[in-house]
Amino acid sequence: MKELLVIAIGSALVNNVVLSQFLGICPFLGVSKKVDTAAGMGAAVIFVITLASFVTSVIDKVLLIPLKMTYLQTIVFILVIACLVQFVEMFLKKTMQSLYQALGVYLPLITTNCAVLGVALTNATKEYSILTSTVNGFAVAAGFTISIILLAGIREKLEYNDISPALKGSPIVLVTAGLMAIAFCGFSGII
Amino acid sequence: MNTAGERLYNGIVKENPTFVMMLGMCPTLAVTTSAINGLGMGLTTMVILALSNLIISMLRKVIPDDVRVPAFIVIVASFVTIVQFLLQAYIPTLNESLGLYIPLIVVNCIILGRAEAYASKNPMIASLFDGIGMGLGFTIGLTSIGLVREIIGSGKLFGMAVLPASYEPVSIFVMAPGAFFVLALLTGIQNKVKLNLAKKGKDVSKIQSGCNADCASCGAKCGNAKE
Repeated sequence: MKELLVIAIGSALVNNVVLSQFLGICPFLGVSKKVDTAAGMGAAVIFVITLASFVTSVIDKVLLIPLKMTYLQTIVFILVIACLVQFVEMFLKKTMQSLYQALGVYLPLITTNCAVLGVALTNATKEYSILTSTVNGFAVAAGFTISIILLAGIREKLEYNDISPALKGSPIVLVTAGLMAIAFCGFSGII
Repeated sequence: MNTAGERLYNGIVKENPTFVMMLGMCPTLAVTTSAINGLGMGLTTMVILALSNLIISMLRKVIPDDVRVPAFIVIVASFVTIVQFLLQAYIPTLNESLGLYIPLIVVNCIILGRAEAYASKNPMIASLFDGIGMGLGFTIGLTSIGLVREIIGSGKLFGMAVLPASYEPVSIFVMAPGAFFVLALLTGIQNKVKLNLAKKGKDVSKIQSGCNADCASCGAKCGNAKE
Protein backbone atom coordinates (compact mmCIF):
# COMPACT_ATOMS: atom_id res chain seq x y z
CA MET A 1 0.00 0.00 0.00
CA LYS A 2 2.78 2.37 1.00
CA GLU A 3 4.63 1.60 -2.22
CA LEU A 4 1.54 2.39 -4.29
CA LEU A 5 1.17 5.72 -2.52
CA VAL A 6 4.80 6.60 -3.18
CA ILE A 7 4.43 5.73 -6.87
CA ALA A 8 1.19 7.71 -7.10
CA ILE A 9 2.63 10.86 -5.52
CA GLY A 10 5.78 10.51 -7.57
CA SER A 11 3.84 10.29 -10.84
CA ALA A 12 1.26 12.96 -10.05
CA LEU A 13 3.43 15.67 -8.52
CA VAL A 14 7.17 15.02 -8.56
CA ASN A 15 7.50 13.78 -12.13
CA ASN A 16 4.47 15.67 -13.38
CA VAL A 17 3.64 14.36 -16.83
CA VAL A 18 3.39 17.78 -18.49
CA LEU A 19 5.71 19.98 -16.50
CA SER A 20 8.67 17.66 -16.16
CA GLN A 21 8.13 14.87 -18.72
CA PHE A 22 6.73 17.08 -21.52
CA LEU A 23 4.09 14.59 -22.56
CA GLY A 24 0.73 15.88 -23.72
CA ILE A 25 1.93 19.42 -24.40
CA CYS A 26 -0.57 19.92 -27.23
CA PRO A 27 -3.78 19.57 -25.19
CA PHE A 28 -2.04 21.34 -22.30
CA LEU A 29 -1.57 24.45 -24.45
CA GLY A 30 -4.57 23.99 -26.72
CA VAL A 31 -7.46 23.19 -24.36
CA SER A 32 -6.51 25.39 -21.40
CA LYS A 33 -8.33 28.62 -22.28
CA LYS A 34 -11.17 28.10 -19.80
CA VAL A 35 -11.31 26.23 -16.51
CA ASP A 36 -14.49 24.33 -17.54
CA THR A 37 -13.04 22.92 -20.73
CA ALA A 38 -9.73 22.20 -18.99
CA ALA A 39 -11.59 20.23 -16.33
CA GLY A 40 -13.51 18.35 -19.04
CA MET A 41 -10.30 17.48 -20.83
CA GLY A 42 -8.72 16.45 -17.53
CA ALA A 43 -11.63 14.15 -16.70
CA ALA A 44 -11.46 12.56 -20.16
CA VAL A 45 -7.71 12.06 -19.80
CA ILE A 46 -8.09 10.46 -16.34
CA PHE A 47 -10.72 8.13 -17.75
CA VAL A 48 -8.74 7.10 -20.83
CA ILE A 49 -5.27 6.82 -19.28
CA THR A 50 -6.49 4.76 -16.30
CA LEU A 51 -8.38 2.42 -18.62
CA ALA A 52 -5.53 2.26 -21.14
CA SER A 53 -2.94 1.53 -18.42
CA PHE A 54 -5.07 -1.33 -17.17
CA VAL A 55 -5.76 -2.81 -20.62
CA THR A 56 -2.19 -2.49 -21.96
CA SER A 57 -0.80 -3.92 -18.73
CA VAL A 58 -3.15 -6.93 -18.97
CA ILE A 59 -2.19 -7.49 -22.61
CA ASP A 60 1.48 -7.18 -21.71
CA LYS A 61 1.24 -9.71 -18.87
CA VAL A 62 -1.15 -12.17 -20.51
CA LEU A 63 -0.01 -12.10 -24.14
CA LEU A 64 3.28 -10.39 -24.88
CA ILE A 65 5.47 -11.60 -22.00
CA PRO A 66 4.44 -15.31 -22.06
CA LEU A 67 4.81 -15.37 -25.86
CA LYS A 68 8.16 -13.52 -25.64
CA MET A 69 6.90 -10.84 -27.99
CA THR A 70 7.71 -7.78 -25.89
CA TYR A 71 9.44 -6.26 -28.93
CA LEU A 72 5.96 -5.64 -30.33
CA GLN A 73 5.02 -3.43 -27.36
CA THR A 74 5.06 -0.10 -29.21
CA ILE A 75 2.95 -1.34 -32.13
CA VAL A 76 0.47 -3.27 -29.99
CA PHE A 77 0.05 -0.51 -27.41
CA ILE A 78 -0.63 2.28 -29.91
CA LEU A 79 -3.20 0.17 -31.76
CA VAL A 80 -4.88 -0.92 -28.54
CA ILE A 81 -5.04 2.69 -27.35
CA ALA A 82 -6.47 3.95 -30.65
CA CYS A 83 -9.13 1.22 -30.68
CA LEU A 84 -9.87 1.71 -26.99
CA VAL A 85 -10.52 5.42 -27.39
CA GLN A 86 -12.77 4.75 -30.36
CA PHE A 87 -14.61 2.05 -28.45
CA VAL A 88 -15.05 4.22 -25.34
CA GLU A 89 -16.49 6.96 -27.51
CA MET A 90 -19.05 4.64 -29.13
CA PHE A 91 -19.88 3.03 -25.79
CA LEU A 92 -20.51 6.38 -24.09
CA LYS A 93 -22.56 7.61 -27.04
CA LYS A 94 -24.90 4.61 -26.78
CA THR A 95 -25.18 4.19 -23.02
CA MET A 96 -24.29 7.37 -21.14
CA GLN A 97 -25.45 10.37 -23.11
CA SER A 98 -24.74 12.91 -20.36
CA LEU A 99 -21.15 11.75 -19.86
CA TYR A 100 -20.66 11.61 -23.62
CA GLN A 101 -21.79 15.19 -23.97
CA ALA A 102 -19.33 16.25 -21.27
CA LEU A 103 -16.32 14.28 -22.53
CA GLY A 104 -17.19 13.41 -26.13
CA VAL A 105 -15.43 16.24 -27.92
CA TYR A 106 -12.17 15.61 -26.09
CA LEU A 107 -11.98 11.88 -26.73
CA PRO A 108 -10.72 11.92 -30.36
CA LEU A 109 -8.01 14.38 -29.29
CA ILE A 110 -6.67 11.91 -26.76
CA THR A 111 -5.73 9.24 -29.32
CA THR A 112 -2.86 11.39 -30.52
CA ASN A 113 -1.91 12.38 -26.98
CA CYS A 114 1.54 11.02 -26.33
CA ALA A 115 0.91 10.82 -22.58
CA VAL A 116 -1.30 7.74 -23.02
CA LEU A 117 1.33 5.77 -24.92
CA GLY A 118 4.05 7.18 -22.67
CA VAL A 119 2.37 5.86 -19.51
CA ALA A 120 1.74 2.44 -21.08
CA LEU A 121 5.40 2.14 -22.09
CA THR A 122 6.68 3.37 -18.71
CA ASN A 123 4.53 0.78 -16.94
CA ALA A 124 5.98 -1.92 -19.19
CA THR A 125 9.63 -0.89 -18.83
CA LYS A 126 9.36 -0.52 -15.05
CA GLU A 127 7.66 -3.95 -14.92
CA TYR A 128 4.79 -2.74 -12.77
CA SER A 129 2.09 -5.25 -11.84
CA ILE A 130 -1.42 -4.78 -13.26
CA LEU A 131 -2.63 -3.05 -10.08
CA THR A 132 0.43 -0.80 -9.87
CA SER A 133 0.11 0.11 -13.56
CA THR A 134 -3.51 1.13 -13.13
CA VAL A 135 -2.71 3.22 -10.05
CA ASN A 136 0.25 4.79 -11.83
CA GLY A 137 -1.93 5.57 -14.86
CA PHE A 138 -4.53 7.23 -12.67
CA ALA A 139 -1.85 9.25 -10.83
CA VAL A 140 -0.22 10.46 -14.04
CA ALA A 141 -3.58 11.54 -15.42
CA ALA A 142 -4.44 13.25 -12.13
CA GLY A 143 -1.15 15.15 -12.41
CA PHE A 144 -2.11 16.21 -15.93
CA THR A 145 -5.52 17.38 -14.72
CA ILE A 146 -4.03 19.35 -11.83
CA SER A 147 -1.61 21.18 -14.08
CA ILE A 148 -4.08 21.89 -16.91
CA ILE A 149 -6.69 23.27 -14.49
CA LEU A 150 -4.07 25.43 -12.76
CA LEU A 151 -2.89 26.76 -16.12
CA ALA A 152 -6.45 27.47 -17.24
CA GLY A 153 -7.08 29.40 -14.03
CA ILE A 154 -4.03 31.55 -14.67
CA ARG A 155 -4.91 32.04 -18.33
CA GLU A 156 -8.40 33.29 -17.48
CA LYS A 157 -6.76 36.03 -15.40
CA LEU A 158 -4.16 36.72 -18.10
CA GLU A 159 -6.95 37.66 -20.50
CA TYR A 160 -7.41 40.97 -18.67
CA ASN A 161 -3.73 41.90 -18.72
CA ASP A 162 -1.99 44.18 -21.13
CA ILE A 163 0.52 41.98 -22.95
CA SER A 164 2.79 43.19 -25.72
CA PRO A 165 1.46 41.97 -29.09
CA ALA A 166 4.43 39.73 -29.87
CA LEU A 167 3.99 37.83 -26.61
CA LYS A 168 0.23 37.32 -26.96
CA GLY A 169 -1.01 33.77 -27.33
CA SER A 170 1.43 30.88 -26.99
CA PRO A 171 4.54 32.76 -25.75
CA ILE A 172 2.94 34.11 -22.58
CA VAL A 173 1.28 30.73 -21.94
CA LEU A 174 4.67 29.03 -22.25
CA VAL A 175 6.25 31.51 -19.82
CA THR A 176 3.42 30.73 -17.40
CA ALA A 177 4.01 27.01 -17.88
CA GLY A 178 7.72 27.53 -17.21
CA LEU A 179 6.97 29.31 -13.94
CA MET A 180 4.61 26.48 -12.99
CA ALA A 181 7.37 24.00 -13.79
CA ILE A 182 9.68 25.86 -11.38
CA ALA A 183 6.97 25.62 -8.72
CA PHE A 184 6.58 21.90 -9.35
CA CYS A 185 10.36 21.46 -8.98
CA GLY A 186 9.67 22.17 -5.30
CA PHE A 187 7.96 18.79 -4.98
CA SER A 188 11.14 16.93 -5.86
CA GLY A 189 12.23 16.67 -2.23
CA ILE A 190 9.15 14.99 -0.81
CA ILE A 191 9.94 11.39 -1.75
CA MET B 1 14.49 23.37 -59.39
CA ASN B 2 13.82 19.63 -59.57
CA THR B 3 11.36 17.88 -57.24
CA ALA B 4 13.93 16.38 -54.87
CA GLY B 5 15.71 19.68 -54.33
CA GLU B 6 12.43 21.54 -54.02
CA ARG B 7 11.20 19.10 -51.34
CA LEU B 8 14.44 19.43 -49.37
CA TYR B 9 14.25 23.24 -49.52
CA ASN B 10 10.58 23.11 -48.51
CA GLY B 11 11.32 20.94 -45.46
CA ILE B 12 14.40 22.79 -44.27
CA VAL B 13 13.38 26.40 -44.92
CA LYS B 14 9.87 27.07 -46.15
CA GLU B 15 7.92 24.70 -43.90
CA ASN B 16 10.55 24.04 -41.24
CA PRO B 17 8.69 21.85 -38.71
CA THR B 18 10.25 23.48 -35.65
CA PHE B 19 10.52 27.17 -36.51
CA VAL B 20 7.66 27.67 -38.99
CA MET B 21 5.09 24.94 -38.40
CA MET B 22 5.77 24.38 -34.66
CA LEU B 23 5.07 20.67 -34.85
CA GLY B 24 6.34 17.90 -32.61
CA MET B 25 6.72 20.09 -29.55
CA CYS B 26 6.88 17.24 -27.02
CA PRO B 27 10.26 15.88 -28.20
CA THR B 28 11.45 19.44 -28.91
CA LEU B 29 10.99 20.37 -25.26
CA ALA B 30 12.08 17.08 -23.77
CA VAL B 31 15.33 16.10 -25.48
CA THR B 32 16.99 19.44 -26.20
CA THR B 33 18.93 19.54 -22.92
CA SER B 34 22.09 19.25 -25.01
CA ALA B 35 22.98 19.71 -28.67
CA ILE B 36 24.03 16.10 -29.11
CA ASN B 37 20.68 14.81 -27.80
CA GLY B 38 18.84 17.16 -30.14
CA LEU B 39 20.95 16.00 -33.06
CA GLY B 40 20.39 12.34 -32.19
CA MET B 41 16.64 12.77 -31.83
CA GLY B 42 16.43 14.78 -35.06
CA LEU B 43 18.35 12.21 -37.09
CA THR B 44 16.36 9.31 -35.61
CA THR B 45 13.12 11.06 -36.50
CA MET B 46 14.47 11.82 -39.98
CA VAL B 47 15.24 8.17 -40.72
CA ILE B 48 11.80 7.06 -39.56
CA LEU B 49 10.06 9.90 -41.40
CA ALA B 50 11.87 9.22 -44.69
CA LEU B 51 11.29 5.44 -44.58
CA SER B 52 7.65 5.66 -43.53
CA ASN B 53 6.99 8.31 -46.19
CA LEU B 54 8.53 5.99 -48.80
CA ILE B 55 6.49 2.95 -47.77
CA ILE B 56 3.24 4.91 -47.35
CA SER B 57 3.73 6.42 -50.79
CA MET B 58 4.33 2.94 -52.25
CA LEU B 59 1.14 1.65 -50.66
CA ARG B 60 -0.97 4.75 -51.27
CA LYS B 61 -3.11 3.03 -53.90
CA VAL B 62 -3.47 -0.17 -51.85
CA ILE B 63 -4.57 1.27 -48.51
CA PRO B 64 -8.34 1.91 -48.42
CA ASP B 65 -9.19 5.49 -47.56
CA ASP B 66 -11.34 4.60 -44.53
CA VAL B 67 -8.59 2.82 -42.60
CA ARG B 68 -5.63 4.89 -43.74
CA VAL B 69 -4.78 6.44 -40.36
CA PRO B 70 -4.51 3.11 -38.50
CA ALA B 71 -2.53 1.71 -41.44
CA PHE B 72 -0.11 4.66 -41.30
CA ILE B 73 0.28 4.18 -37.54
CA VAL B 74 1.20 0.51 -38.01
CA ILE B 75 3.82 1.38 -40.65
CA VAL B 76 5.33 4.15 -38.52
CA ALA B 77 5.29 2.00 -35.37
CA SER B 78 7.11 -0.81 -37.21
CA PHE B 79 9.89 1.53 -38.30
CA VAL B 80 10.14 3.02 -34.81
CA THR B 81 10.57 -0.47 -33.36
CA ILE B 82 13.25 -1.36 -35.91
CA VAL B 83 15.15 1.89 -35.33
CA GLN B 84 14.89 1.48 -31.57
CA PHE B 85 16.55 -1.93 -31.78
CA LEU B 86 19.28 -0.62 -34.06
CA LEU B 87 19.99 2.18 -31.58
CA GLN B 88 20.03 -0.26 -28.67
CA ALA B 89 22.57 -2.38 -30.50
CA TYR B 90 24.86 0.23 -32.03
CA ILE B 91 24.43 3.55 -30.15
CA PRO B 92 23.35 2.45 -26.64
CA THR B 93 24.37 5.77 -25.03
CA LEU B 94 22.01 7.75 -27.27
CA ASN B 95 19.26 5.21 -26.70
CA GLU B 96 19.69 5.63 -22.97
CA SER B 97 19.63 9.42 -22.97
CA LEU B 98 16.58 9.62 -25.24
CA GLY B 99 14.83 6.72 -23.48
CA LEU B 100 11.06 6.87 -23.63
CA TYR B 101 11.05 9.51 -26.36
CA ILE B 102 12.21 7.04 -29.04
CA PRO B 103 9.06 4.86 -28.97
CA LEU B 104 7.04 8.06 -28.64
CA ILE B 105 8.14 9.08 -32.15
CA VAL B 106 5.10 7.01 -33.21
CA VAL B 107 2.76 9.75 -32.00
CA ASN B 108 4.92 12.63 -33.27
CA CYS B 109 2.49 14.75 -35.27
CA ILE B 110 5.14 15.59 -37.93
CA ILE B 111 5.23 11.98 -39.11
CA LEU B 112 1.49 11.36 -39.33
CA GLY B 113 1.06 14.89 -40.67
CA ARG B 114 3.47 14.33 -43.56
CA ALA B 115 1.95 10.91 -44.28
CA GLU B 116 -1.50 12.46 -44.47
CA ALA B 117 -0.56 15.68 -46.24
CA TYR B 118 2.12 14.53 -48.67
CA ALA B 119 3.12 10.87 -48.87
CA SER B 120 -0.42 9.55 -49.37
CA LYS B 121 -0.85 11.69 -52.48
CA ASN B 122 2.57 11.84 -54.14
CA PRO B 123 5.02 9.49 -55.89
CA MET B 124 7.74 7.59 -54.04
CA ILE B 125 10.90 9.59 -54.75
CA ALA B 126 9.26 12.93 -54.00
CA SER B 127 7.84 11.52 -50.75
CA LEU B 128 11.24 10.13 -49.72
CA PHE B 129 12.87 13.52 -50.24
CA ASP B 130 9.96 15.24 -48.51
CA GLY B 131 10.68 13.02 -45.49
CA ILE B 132 14.41 13.74 -45.62
CA GLY B 133 13.82 17.48 -45.99
CA MET B 134 11.33 17.66 -43.12
CA GLY B 135 13.62 15.45 -41.02
CA LEU B 136 16.62 17.69 -41.70
CA GLY B 137 14.54 20.75 -40.84
CA PHE B 138 13.54 19.11 -37.57
CA THR B 139 17.17 18.10 -36.87
CA ILE B 140 18.38 21.67 -37.44
CA GLY B 141 15.63 22.98 -35.17
CA LEU B 142 16.37 20.55 -32.33
CA THR B 143 20.14 20.92 -32.60
CA SER B 144 20.04 24.70 -32.51
CA ILE B 145 17.65 24.77 -29.53
CA GLY B 146 19.91 22.19 -27.87
CA LEU B 147 22.97 24.37 -28.56
CA VAL B 148 21.40 27.41 -26.96
CA ARG B 149 20.22 25.50 -23.90
CA GLU B 150 23.57 23.72 -23.48
CA ILE B 151 25.68 26.88 -23.76
CA ILE B 152 23.54 28.89 -21.34
CA GLY B 153 22.70 26.02 -19.04
CA SER B 154 26.05 24.28 -18.66
CA GLY B 155 28.56 26.42 -20.56
CA LYS B 156 29.37 23.58 -22.91
CA LEU B 157 29.13 22.90 -26.63
CA PHE B 158 28.63 19.26 -27.68
CA GLY B 159 29.98 18.29 -24.24
CA MET B 160 33.16 20.41 -24.46
CA ALA B 161 33.57 23.39 -22.15
CA VAL B 162 33.70 26.52 -24.33
CA LEU B 163 32.94 29.29 -21.88
CA PRO B 164 35.57 30.39 -19.33
CA ALA B 165 35.41 28.80 -15.89
CA SER B 166 34.34 32.14 -14.40
CA TYR B 167 30.98 31.73 -16.22
CA GLU B 168 28.34 30.57 -13.77
CA PRO B 169 25.99 28.22 -15.69
CA VAL B 170 22.30 29.11 -15.51
CA SER B 171 21.38 25.52 -14.82
CA ILE B 172 17.64 26.18 -15.00
CA PHE B 173 18.04 26.18 -18.79
CA VAL B 174 18.90 22.48 -18.88
CA MET B 175 16.08 21.70 -16.46
CA ALA B 176 12.39 21.38 -17.30
CA PRO B 177 11.38 25.05 -16.81
CA GLY B 178 14.16 26.18 -19.18
CA ALA B 179 12.56 24.23 -22.00
CA PHE B 180 9.35 26.22 -21.60
CA PHE B 181 11.23 29.53 -21.46
CA VAL B 182 13.27 28.79 -24.59
CA LEU B 183 10.14 27.77 -26.46
CA ALA B 184 8.32 30.86 -25.19
CA LEU B 185 11.13 33.01 -26.57
CA LEU B 186 11.01 31.14 -29.87
CA THR B 187 7.26 31.55 -30.31
CA GLY B 188 7.64 35.20 -29.27
CA ILE B 189 10.21 35.81 -32.01
CA GLN B 190 8.01 33.96 -34.47
CA ASN B 191 5.01 36.12 -33.53
CA LYS B 192 7.10 39.24 -34.01
CA VAL B 193 8.25 38.10 -37.46
CA LYS B 194 4.66 37.27 -38.33
CA LEU B 195 3.44 40.70 -37.22
CA ASN B 196 6.14 42.43 -39.25
CA LEU B 197 5.39 40.36 -42.34
CA ALA B 198 1.67 41.00 -41.97
CA LYS B 199 2.36 44.72 -41.77
CA LYS B 200 4.11 44.51 -45.13
CA GLY B 201 1.10 42.69 -46.52
CA LYS B 202 2.73 39.29 -46.98
CA ASP B 203 0.92 35.96 -46.66
CA VAL B 204 1.55 34.54 -43.18
CA SER B 205 -1.01 31.74 -43.14
CA LYS B 206 1.76 29.10 -43.32
CA ILE B 207 3.40 30.28 -40.09
CA GLN B 208 1.77 28.70 -37.06
CA SER B 209 2.26 29.35 -33.39
CA GLY B 210 2.14 26.34 -31.13
CA CYS B 211 0.07 23.37 -32.11
CA ASN B 212 -3.14 24.75 -30.62
CA ALA B 213 -5.41 24.66 -33.59
CA ASP B 214 -3.28 22.21 -35.47
CA CYS B 215 -3.36 19.26 -33.12
CA ALA B 216 -7.01 19.72 -32.36
CA SER B 217 -7.94 19.62 -36.02
CA CYS B 218 -5.57 16.71 -36.65
CA GLY B 219 -7.06 14.77 -33.77
CA ALA B 220 -10.57 15.45 -34.94
CA LYS B 221 -9.62 14.38 -38.44
CA CYS B 222 -8.15 11.11 -37.17
CA GLY B 223 -11.31 10.51 -35.16
CA ASN B 224 -13.56 11.13 -38.15
CA ALA B 225 -11.46 8.97 -40.40
CA LYS B 226 -11.89 5.98 -38.15
CA GLU B 227 -15.63 6.19 -37.66
